[in-house]
Amino acid sequence: MTQSFRLPEGGLIDRDRRLGFRFDGRDYMGYAGDTLAAALLANGVHLVGRSFKYHRTRGILSAGAEEPNALIQLGEGARSEPNLRATQIELIDGLEARSQNRWPSLSFDIGAFNNALSRVLPSGFYYKTFMWPASFWMKYEYVIRHAAGLGEAPRGRDPDHYDKTFAHCDVLVVGGGPAGLAAALAAGRAGARVILAEQDSDLGGSLLGTNGTTIDGQPAAQWIAAARAELAAMDQVTVLTRTLAYGYFDHNFIAMVERVTDHLGEKPGHLPRQRLWKLRAKQVVLATGAIERPLVFADNDRPGIMLADACRTYVNRYAVRSGNKAVVFTNNDGGYTAALDMAAAGVNVRAVVDLRANPEGPATERAEAQGLHIMPGSAVVGTSGEKRVKQVRVGRVDPGSGRALAVSETLDCDILAMSGGWSPALHLFSQSRGKVVFDEALGAFVPGDPAQGAHSAGACNGAFGLADCLAQGHAAGRDAAKDAGCKPGRDGARAPEAENHGFLPAQWAWEVPSDKPPGRGGKAFVDFQNDVTANDLRLALREGYHSIEHVKRYTTTGMGTDQGKTSNVNAIGIVAKTMGREIPEVGVTTFRPPYTPVTFGIFAGRDVDGLLDPVRKTPIHSWHEQAGAAFEDVGQWKRPWYFPKPGETMHQAVNREVKAARDSLGIMDATTLGKIDIQGKDTAEFLNRVYTNAWSKLAVGRCRYGLMLNEAGMVIDDGVTARLGENHYLMTTTTGNAAPVLAQLEEFLQTEWPDMEVFVTSVTEQFATVTIAGPNAKPLLRELAADLDLSTEALPHMAIAPGRVAGIDARIARISFTGEMSYEINVPASCGLALWHALMTAGAKYDITPYGTEAMHVLRAEKGFIIVGQETDGSVTPIDLGMDWIVSKKKDFIGKRALSRPDMLKPDRKQLVGLLSENPEEVLPEGAQLVERVLPKPPMPMIGHVSSSYHSPNLGRSIALAMIKGGQARMGQTVLAPLADGTTVTCKVVSPVFLDPEGTRLND
Amino acid sequence: MTCPEKEGWGTAFEMMPRYSIFSLIRNALSYHEGWPRAWRSPEPKSSYDAIIVGGGGHGLATAYYLAKNHGMTNIAVVERGWIGGGNTGRNTTIVRSNYLWDESAALYEHALKLWEGLSQDLNFNVMFSQRGVLNLAHNQHDLRELSRRINANRLNGVDSEFLSPQEIKALVPIMDLRANGRYPVLGASIQRRGGTARHDAVAWGYARAADALGVDIIQQCPVTGFQVEDGQVRAVETAKGTIQARKVGIVTAGHSSVMAGMAGFRLPVQSLPLQALVSEPIKPVLDTVIMSGAVHAYVSQSDKGELVIGAGVDSYIGYGQRGSLPVTEQTLGAICELFPMFRRMRMLRQWGGIVDVCPDASPILSKTPVGGMYINCGWGTGGFKATPGSGWAFAHTVAKDEPHPLNAAFSLDRFRTGYLIDEHGAAAVAH
Amino acid sequence: MLVIPCPHCGPRGEIEFSYGGQAHIARPKDPEKVSDAEWADYVFLRDNTKGVFLERWCHVHGCRRWFNVARNTVTYEILAAYDAGAKPPKLDYETQV
Repeated sequence: MTQSFRLPEGGLIDRDRRLGFRFDGRDYMGYAGDTLAAALLANGVHLVGRSFKYHRTRGILSAGAEEPNALIQLGEGARSEPNLRATQIELIDGLEARSQNRWPSLSFDIGAFNNALSRVLPSGFYYKTFMWPASFWMKYEYVIRHAAGLGEAPRGRDPDHYDKTFAHCDVLVVGGGPAGLAAALAAGRAGARVILAEQDSDLGGSLLGTNGTTIDGQPAAQWIAAARAELAAMDQVTVLTRTLAYGYFDHNFIAMVERVTDHLGEKPGHLPRQRLWKLRAKQVVLATGAIERPLVFADNDRPGIMLADACRTYVNRYAVRSGNKAVVFTNNDGGYTAALDMAAAGVNVRAVVDLRANPEGPATERAEAQGLHIMPGSAVVGTSGEKRVKQVRVGRVDPGSGRALAVSETLDCDILAMSGGWSPALHLFSQSRGKVVFDEALGAFVPGDPAQGAHSAGACNGAFGLADCLAQGHAAGRDAAKDAGCKPGRDGARAPEAENHGFLPAQWAWEVPSDKPPGRGGKAFVDFQNDVTANDLRLALREGYHSIEHVKRYTTTGMGTDQGKTSNVNAIGIVAKTMGREIPEVGVTTFRPPYTPVTFGIFAGRDVDGLLDPVRKTPIHSWHEQAGAAFEDVGQWKRPWYFPKPGETMHQAVNREVKAARDSLGIMDATTLGKIDIQGKDTAEFLNRVYTNAWSKLAVGRCRYGLMLNEAGMVIDDGVTARLGENHYLMTTTTGNAAPVLAQLEEFLQTEWPDMEVFVTSVTEQFATVTIAGPNAKPLLRELAADLDLSTEALPHMAIAPGRVAGIDARIARISFTGEMSYEINVPASCGLALWHALMTAGAKYDITPYGTEAMHVLRAEKGFIIVGQETDGSVTPIDLGMDWIVSKKKDFIGKRALSRPDMLKPDRKQLVGLLSENPEEVLPEGAQLVERVLPKPPMPMIGHVSSSYHSPNLGRSIALAMIKGGQARMGQTVLAPLADGTTVTCKVVSPVFLDPEGTRLND
Repeated sequence: MTCPEKEGWGTAFEMMPRYSIFSLIRNALSYHEGWPRAWRSPEPKSSYDAIIVGGGGHGLATAYYLAKNHGMTNIAVVERGWIGGGNTGRNTTIVRSNYLWDESAALYEHALKLWEGLSQDLNFNVMFSQRGVLNLAHNQHDLRELSRRINANRLNGVDSEFLSPQEIKALVPIMDLRANGRYPVLGASIQRRGGTARHDAVAWGYARAADALGVDIIQQCPVTGFQVEDGQVRAVETAKGTIQARKVGIVTAGHSSVMAGMAGFRLPVQSLPLQALVSEPIKPVLDTVIMSGAVHAYVSQSDKGELVIGAGVDSYIGYGQRGSLPVTEQTLGAICELFPMFRRMRMLRQWGGIVDVCPDASPILSKTPVGGMYINCGWGTGGFKATPGSGWAFAHTVAKDEPHPLNAAFSLDRFRTGYLIDEHGAAAVAH
Repeated sequence: MLVIPCPHCGPRGEIEFSYGGQAHIARPKDPEKVSDAEWADYVFLRDNTKGVFLERWCHVHGCRRWFNVARNTVTYEILAAYDAGAKPPKLDYETQV
């Protein structure tokens, strides 16, 4: 198709680069520098979407971030993206776009049936119906869900990658329009480290959409180019285009998203698609511009009804006529500028309909001088045209009643350009917690006092004249640099000069006078995307939803993907007028980040595909992998769970491993256990305070098991601590609690007992720990540690000694979590794998068998040893575990006082017991709940639960540990476990120690 | 922002017509100009039998059940801003009752049963959608805890089932169960009766129904103090004057400590920022609620089509109603891992609430050291789901001056005696 | 995102720190002598101030030192940072809240 609405010359597009693209299956051409919206308009395409609720035909309203209507689905498959604003998509060759929210096609949409029903679908209709029959909501909802939603989710894993970066600067300037450029120049000249962030592809802001503007006596384009060059020449200044400052957080922290490759046809693989900037600025200059408001009148939503300034931008920046015959509808002088620029571009401007009874202002005067047909004191009261506006009806406004009289004129047109005034873009200012105030003259909210180091300048600060913008920008940049600690610049005195025409004077009417009673005639849309009309707002107020936040939520005004950029001020104005209040009394709704929607991917950055959280591996991990281990995640660690031989099930593998440890020799990688090196003369006393038992008498070279509580008396960790020297200890913790335990020790040392001389250091990563367990552990170790006296006299149970194992310096502790004769060998981490190999090689004669966490669990359960986090759950005391023997009565320790509270002493607390199922083959499911009696149906009182349960190959039957109310008094009694499959397992309560209660296996 | 009531807006009292498809059609004929106010906006009387401080879902529900179940109609709800504007209007709307401990399960299950008839009871469609709630298990420890909870739920009469990875995949085909090995999905519990509801509608529905029973709902009315004599509450001081009251129920979530401070006692709660966010609306892709406690990510898709995503709390006390970026990064990182196709989705809006968190992650519905004064707080990140049950049990507590058996365990005194109901202690990993 | 002035390392982003709640809560010297209620006070009850609050932070990803901060919990403005165990600096609370 030809670009029949492209002007023969002008614009900022690159006519040498023709780009082909496809929209809804049809091929079109555009130019480099176009947005998708501009290219569509150049081809005469206005109908681009359907509205959310009524599926009304919608066209392109704006030329920027505020676009509520022109939302399209870009691309196909895994790279497809819904809901992108056509007004911001940079055209690339081969671009594929589709319209959304229509079926089967954009021009014939079944959903438009809703429009016919719209009389019974006012705001909040769903709160009033779909309640009968009660069970039917899920069916109603199914239909509602499928009618709602806009575009479609991408299909498949996103193939692109994202990145994040931190940055700091003296002055962040948000917005690269005239005010932002002036600010960046002033701050840069003062020597400040400046970052200038502009969401558009190019600097210039509103200047890009103007024609004939001069600054400092030169055309605006030249001034922009000079500014760009000067900023580029300053080393300490960074200019980021295609970068949206989307959120302003505490302590001048600004989040920005940079579109790195979206605009490139060929996307270099090494570049991220988008990048999240996490920026800390000493000072911020907000130069975010302003957004033009639509006018609210009947049927103001047809394709071809556009914002006046957008029409102007399409002419001047993109060399596109939006149509052939235009009517301009305005309440301010600024609308005439658009009329003049369109007329200059060859558009037949049929009339300027002006709500003001006495139109005045510089642009108005120029339009008069050029002979444009001006209709003062008039209003557009209706439009017609299904897929494009065809006619507008104009009525005179009766000054007395404020109503419009009968239609005085009907004008044919294919464009209706409207201007309802301007709203400063206050989003970031408001997010920074700055309060906004209403400016009556401007008919808009403007920034009040800033809450953080933020300086507003230009249109976002209510300055609409170019000279004012430049002056404010210049001053803001200079002041921000100064506030950031920089010295005034050499050229800091003068702001760029320009003429100063804003859009005033204006006459505000939040809803255009109509010739029909409110709510009759066509729909007067306030929020185009969510199909909220002025009458919907009145309905909400009528029903008592008086707070502006209630109005917003009830009607959904301002809750679309555009977050009400074009609609919120009109909505507030209509609410105020309806309630007979002043606008400041009504107030604004909260501006929530982001300014425009931002991609989830940037928040994940590179922490995807398994990198969400670090994976920790022991130095022996590679051996486990080669051995075919199945791994279990424990915290961030990967631990071998079991080592299946070919053809083995998990059950078979675990049985084999467990048997080996009891019958001959097992070997286990225990490196993941937390290790804390503790030194200092007060260490013994410190251990007295953090563990429940006494430590004063522990001799050098000896080890002791300890339980750690919190101040509520609950068990939080356990482990063995060894005394290595007079003032030197090595504490071990559970794998998952290594970091929290260290943190708790440090906290108490620093905040409660700062006078104690104790130093704690994590050495978890410094040592590899290998456990060998079983009757052949000692023979093996004797072979590899010939220098070491392993006799019980020299190294009894719970003793530790330095030595060399297979030529590696080691600490050897004779401790046991299995109930077997067992040694824990600690070597420098770098030697862990060598030690493992040496043990495996030398142990071959004993059929040394690696075992994983599952076998370890079985082995310890046979002995009735607890696992913190499995037998305990934050609600278990040492007494509950039957571990009174480890709780000192003599000294204080963390959590001791809590143990004497009334509920800690009750006999019906859950206590640790063993369970034997009646059928020895039956392994209770872990997590099974226990009852005294099975009732025909729930609810039934529970007395406890199974915390650990295994098949024990050594006992030749199943065993379980359980926490049962008053369990220690239930020994020998029967309890029942009703399972999910409807069966019930009968069990006997027994001691939790199933094997070798005397501990004879620990001896030679 | 303020929106003070003026004359002509809310002084008259109208009979409330029932909402139905018929009333919608009837009103359509008159251009919807005949709808009455959903609730009045009265000036406070000089005295009430009871005042509920806090016009969120829990406070409004309390007032409704006080009037409905206990015949106390000379009561008022005083709200600092606009009703439903706090955590009620800021949460991710998940409703479930599959809690581990008996006490919690009973309370939340009572709430769930009330949810199941709430739209009809209130004659206001709260859009309670029983689309099912999945809690994911990512490791062996999670699986063990899941099994324990499912079994406890089942025997408590709370529906709860285990789903294998294959069953999860069938239900949620877009989820990546391998999650590239870092957080693989090894199983899940599902509560099919759980789901979501429309949060605003809950506040509005309770307000409308309470108002119809004669309850005065007074907005824009901050409480500035309490008058306490001889250990007994006498009156509430507000921006609209002093209001006498025999009984006062405090239901102010994040501001509970501030209210307790005015009344002269302290609470074991911390007010923390909790953030949530939504994506742009898309056509349906996710028909259940997915929760992963391990990575602090909660996601469902609203009827409007937005992905509604909940995050974890910021660690520090904050009354700012805004969350910090690191939490957003963590949560969306986890969501992108579970749903790689969502990486290209976009965040439309994010916001924060102030949640009052108890040391044991369970609420307080209790008498207080001040006679005639009751407190309902400490719901932390999970209060929305409890709204009807909380209001129901708290109304009983206020009316009878003693807790209902459902909330007896949730007393302020438990921190002294040690009877904590620790719902998050079970999450610890060790060995 | 907060900038927290670590007294030992200087200003750093909040992701380097962990939070410790209310500052200046001393563990009872002789826990056996306090009542259950007093023990509950120590373990569980905390001021939860809306306004200027004295709180503890630990620079876990830095020097690992605990210190105290005076912070406005509404505006998040940080008014002072000082060593653990030190007395809080004099602050004009009224004007800051």
